[in-house]
Amino acid sequence: MSFDVRLRINDKVASIELKGELDASTAGRFHDVIDEAAQLGAIELVIRAENLTYLASAGLRSLVVARQKMGDEVRIAVVGAAEPVARTIRLAGFDHSIDLVDA
Amino acid sequence: MSIQDLSAAARVDEFPTHRIGDYRVRAGRPYPYGAHPVPGGVSFSVYSDRATSMSLVLFEKGAPEPTAELVFPPEFRTGSVYAMTVFGLDLENLEYGFRADGPFDPAAGDRFDRRKVLSDPYARLIAGRDVWGVEPDWDDVYPYRSQVVNDDFDWGDDTQLGIPSEDLVIYETHVRGFTRHPSSKTEAPGTYAGLREKIPYLKELGVNAVELLPIFEFDELDNPRTDPATGERLHNYWGYNTVSFFAPKAGYAATGRFGMQADEFKSLVKELHKAGIEVILDVVFNHTAEGNEQGPTISFRGLDNATYYMLTPQGEYYNFSGTGNTVNCNHPVVRDFVLSCLRYWVSEYHIDGFRFDLASILDRAPDGSPLPNPPLLEQLAYDPILRHTKLIAEAWDAAGLYQVGNFPNYGRWSEWNGQYRDTVRKFIKGEPGLVGELATRLAGSPDLYQGRTATASVNFITAHDGFTLADLVSYNDKHNEANGEHNNDGANDNHSWNCGEEGPSASAHIRELRLRQMKNLLALLLTSQGIPMLLSGDEVGRTQLGNNNTYCQDNELSWFDWGLVGADDGLLDFTRALIAFRHAHPVLRGVEHPHGTDRAGGGLPDVSWHGVRAWEPDWSEHSRVLGMLRSGPDDVVYLAVNAHWEDHDLELPELPDDQVWHLFADTGAPGAPAPIGAEPPLECPGRYRLGAHSVVVLVGRPVPETK
Repeated sequence: MSFDVRLRINDKVASIELKGELDASTAGRFHDVIDEAAQLGAIELVIRAENLTYLASAGLRSLVVARQKMGDEVRIAVVGAAEPVARTIRLAGFDHSIDLVDA
Repeated sequence: MSIQDLSAAARVDEFPTHRIGDYRVRAGRPYPYGAHPVPGGVSFSVYSDRATSMSLVLFEKGAPEPTAELVFPPEFRTGSVYAMTVFGLDLENLEYGFRADGPFDPAAGDRFDRRKVLSDPYARLIAGRDVWGVEPDWDDVYPYRSQVVNDDFDWGDDTQLGIPSEDLVIYETHVRGFTRHPSSKTEAPGTYAGLREKIPYLKELGVNAVELLPIFEFDELDNPRTDPATGERLHNYWGYNTVSFFAPKAGYAATGRFGMQADEFKSLVKELHKAGIEVILDVVFNHTAEGNEQGPTISFRGLDNATYYMLTPQGEYYNFSGTGNTVNCNHPVVRDFVLSCLRYWVSEYHIDGFRFDLASILDRAPDGSPLPNPPLLEQLAYDPILRHTKLIAEAWDAAGLYQVGNFPNYGRWSEWNGQYRDTVRKFIKGEPGLVGELATRLAGSPDLYQGRTATASVNFITAHDGFTLADLVSYNDKHNEANGEHNNDGANDNHSWNCGEEGPSASAHIRELRLRQMKNLLALLLTSQGIPMLLSGDEVGRTQLGNNNTYCQDNELSWFDWGLVGADDGLLDFTRALIAFRHAHPVLRGVEHPHGTDRAGGGLPDVSWHGVRAWEPDWSEHSRVLGMLRSGPDDVVYLAVNAHWEDHDLELPELPDDQVWHLFADTGAPGAPAPIGAEPPLECPGRYRLGAHSVVVLVGRPVPETK
C-alpha cells in the first residue's frame, strides 16, 4: 500500500490519517503535515493509524517530532494502530508521551 | 532584516566546500568527537595520533559492502583529529565507520590494519547485534556498525533524583536476567521494556536505586565456550566486555531491531525516576572487547593502539584486568574519553550514578604503576556535570592493587566493601573471633573509612559475582561445571556454609535453618551503617545451584524466577519489611560514623555494644553474640545477633524516659516482622531469649497509655 497522509481540522482538533508504510522515505511528508497542524493552532491531534501497515524507526521518531512540535499542552492520540505497531510504540516508551487508543 | 529573519537565514557553515566522489563535504568540527547532525549534514570527527591517513566509510543500513569511502583531505585534519561534514545523508539508513592506515609495528605500539573498518569510539548507537543471541553473518566486513542518533527524547520534567547517598538501598540486577524467565509474564521478556513493567515490584520492595550490570554495547556471542554437558553455546551473559561505550546495548531493547534502543532505555530511566528509583550503571573502563594480541580489532586497537591501551616497553598488552588488555585510563586522551562518556550518560540518559568495575585500574599510570594523585579520579570527583552523581568503586583490580579503604576518593567516591561481605559471612557462618570486627563493619567500617563519611562503604553480602544468598547457605563449595572450565573458574573463598547438606535438602530442619540464615544476613545488611546493596533475587531465595560465576549462563541459572515471588516462606515479606524499617529509622542511616557518645542528648550514646549482659560486650575469641544499640534524636534501635548454635538469654540495655523495647523482628521466631510503628512491646521487659542462629531487632518507644 503506497503511503498517504491527509490532514483535516475540525474545531481546533487536527486529524491526520495515515495509510501505508511510515518509514524514512515517507516520514518527511508526515512531518510537513504535523507542521501544518501546529501552525493552524490545533489543541488536539488525532493520528488515525487504522491503515498504517508498518512503522519504522523513522516513523517512531515522527511521534517524537509531533510531540515536540505541538507542545506539551496539546493532547496527541494515535487511534486504531494495529497491534504490532502499537506494541512497538509501547515498548519504546512513547505511549507515555502520547495516548494510544483503540479505534 | 529583523533578528528573526537573520536566524532563519542559512548559516555559512551549511554549505559544502569540497566534493569527494558523489558527496559534498566541508571541514567538520573537531570537537565533539563522533558523529553529530549539523544543518544539512553530519559532522564526523575521530582522533588518531599515529595514523598516516583516515577514511570515513559509509554503508547503507545492513549492506555488506560500503557505499562510499571518503578519505579525509589533509586540510580536514586539525592536530591529530580528522573532522568532516558530509551533506545530504539519510540518517535513518546510514551506518558508518573509519578506516585508518598506518604502520603495523607492535614493538612500537602500532597495530594499524587498513583491511578493517573500525567502529567510532564515540558512536552513540551500534548496529549489528540488534536482537540478543541471533547469530550474525560472521563474514561481515564490519560487524559492529556505528550509527548516528537523534537526541530528541521527551524527558518532560525528569532529572536525576539526587537521593542522599545515606538513604540509598541499592538493588543490583541484570536487564535481561530480571525478566527473561518465562514466569516474568512481561510483554517483552529480557528487555529494558520488560524491566520497566516490573517497576511496581521494585517500588513495593522499597529499593530506591537499581544498579544495572553493563548495558554499554557488548557482544554476547564473543564467548567461544560451550556447555560441556549439552554442547550448547555459552554466552557472554554479564557483558563485562565492552564493544562501544556510548551506545546502549541494542539486544536489551525490544525495539533494538528498529534502532530504538536509546529511546527504550531512556524511557526505562524516566519511569524508574517517576517511581523514586535512581539508576546506577556498572561501567567497565578497565578493558575492552578487543582483548589481547589474538583478539579482534574493533575500534581502539586500529585507531591508536598505543594511546588507548597500556603497553609494555616491548609493545605487548599489560593485563591488569585479567582479560587480555588494560585501558590506558590516565593517558590524557583516554581520560578525556572516559570523562566525555560519563558526562554523556549523565546528561543524555539522566543516569544517577556509576559503579566502576575493577576501578583500581583507573589510578594506574600508563606504565601500570599506581599514581599517588590519579588525575582521572580527581577529575571525575570534581567534574561539574558529574558533581552530584554517585561514584562507586570496585576498589581492586585483577593484578593485586587492592584499595578497599584507601581508594583515592576526594571526598566523593564510595567503595564496594569486600571486608564487610567477608566479615558478615564468616560471622553468620559461626566462625569464632569475629565479634569485634563485626561491630566495626556494622558501624560503617570506620577503621577503613576514617575521615570519610559512612556512605563511603557500600555494604553487600552477595553480588552478581559469587554465590547468591540462597546458595551461600546451601553450598560449601562452588559448582561451576556448566561453565566449561572444569570448575576452575570463580572464587574459592566464599565463606559459605551449607547448614549440613550440600545443595537442595529434603530436611525440613536444614531448610528452616537456611531460611533463618538468609534472614540473619539480610537483617545485618539492612541495619548496618553505610549504603546497603542487595542482589536481585536474594529477596526470594534465588538459587544458581551452587554456580558462583554465572557470567556465561544465559538461562534459568541466572534469570530471576518470578515463581518464587509467591513462595510462602516469608523471605520476600521479611526483606520488604527490613527495607521499610531502614527507611523509617534515620539512626541507621547517619552520614557520620558513630562516636560512642551521647551526641543527641537523649541519654544514650549514638552506638553502644552489648553481649549476653547489657553494656558488657564479649569481644573474646569464643563469643558469637553481639548486641548493637543505635540511638539518635527520637530514634532508638537495638539489634542482637546470635551466631551460636545454642540459645542465649540476653539482658537488654535499659531505655531512658519511660521507653520500653518493642519487637520488630526475630528471625528465630515464627511470624512476619511487625508493622512499622506498631511493634508490640516485649512481654518480658529487660530480657530477651534469642534463639540459636538468630537475629532480633527491637525499637525503643514509650509504652502507649492504656485507656
